[in-house]
Amino acid sequence: MQDAVLAMLAKEPSHGYHLRALLRGSLGPLGESMNPGQIYVTLSRLERAGLVVCEQADGLPDRAERKVYALTAAGHQRVTAWLGEVGWPKPDLAEFHLKLVAASATRLADPVELVAAQRRELLRRLREAQHAILAEPAGSAAALLLEGVVLRMRADLRWLDACERAWSEDGDEAGDA
Amino acid sequence: MNGSEAVVRVRGLVKQHGHGQVGVRAVDDVDLEVPEGEMLAVMGPSGCGKSTLLHLLGGLERPSAGEVWLAGRRVDTLSERALARLRRRSLGFVFQAFHLMEELSAAENVELPALLAGRTRRQARQRAGELLERVGLAGQARHLPSELSGGQRQRVAIARALANEPLVVLADEPTGNLDSTATLDVLRIFEELRSAGQTLVIVTHDERVAATADRLVSMRDGMFVEDVRMAGTGTGRLGDLIELEG
Repeated sequence: MQDAVLAMLAKEPSHGYHLRALLRGSLGPLGESMNPGQIYVTLSRLERAGLVVCEQADGLPDRAERKVYALTAAGHQRVTAWLGEVGWPKPDLAEFHLKLVAASATRLADPVELVAAQRRELLRRLREAQHAILAEPAGSAAALLLEGVVLRMRADLRWLDACERAWSEDGDEAGDA
Repeated sequence: MNGSEAVVRVRGLVKQHGHGQVGVRAVDDVDLEVPEGEMLAVMGPSGCGKSTLLHLLGGLERPSAGEVWLAGRRVDTLSERALARLRRRSLGFVFQAFHLMEELSAAENVELPALLAGRTRRQARQRAGELLERVGLAGQARHLPSELSGGQRQRVAIARALANEPLVVLADEPTGNLDSTATLDVLRIFEELRSAGQTLVIVTHDERVAATADRLVSMRDGMFVEDVRMAGTGTGRLGDLIELEG
């Protein structure tokens, strides 16, 4: 989020409340969950890091909403670097895999049962996401983001199917080995 | 119909292909009750027997053993003729490949089941108009299926399935041939049907369909391995679904 706020300041200096409105506009209902004070927390962090400077608008009383934020040279560099980054969150599957291995090795739980329980939980979340999408007008920002959420959950559900197949076929042999 | 009677009820249902030692049980001793107004999804890997189950419920195949009851009436023992009549008048089918009549317009496809059930041409036309409106295709009524997108064809097929106010809509992979936008359109329609109290049984690979059902049955090797009621829709806060860090 810090990077996104910086990038919004790259075109021109702006007030905190304006930045907040921009973010909410881009995120749709997803932005509703943003804490109203969050933008100021982010801006003061960026200020301490030397990436933005804050000026009082002339002749007005010292109130937060009168402050205008602008990028520093370092801030500009950071925005350029951020736009060029290709980092992406890595899937975190090893822990669940190790849980199945542990369940089987200790015989404290049935891996196939654990997979089934995990599938129920993912389906529950998919249901929430699916209901949220159905409530959105087609083509909205939130619908686009939620489509990404749903696609990932579907991939995870397919992977759970693969886990179930693996542990149903090999489970007994692995346990006896 | 008795209010407490399930719309669909099966007991000890078996469908065996082949005989004796080499016989394969596509459906293996299944019991199921679907109450009125429920949207039930049946999931499972290819070959688990879920499509066969749907065919048995819809009288498209006969069971090797067991009973099928629809709205308190035993149907697996009906004559071919009575069964065909039941399918036409009391059941609505939706298939993956749409199965529309290519030489008929959207409206004519939807009118056909009503005409076959003995409605007048005027009644059938009026009903088709209402149903096409309901699935958002009032403007495409005169189009041939070949002039419609896949998603639109499936919506016509759903309208057709509803023509005779069926006891239950039976759908086999209804979103299997659709892109994500068309899938959402179909899910919206199912959601509306469910709100209106329509009973639906949907066999699907698509987790999105399963996730919008009231109840999810999982099949493996012809048997039910799980039967889960999907309650509630969570907090409704999108922030709970996506990471949004400061």
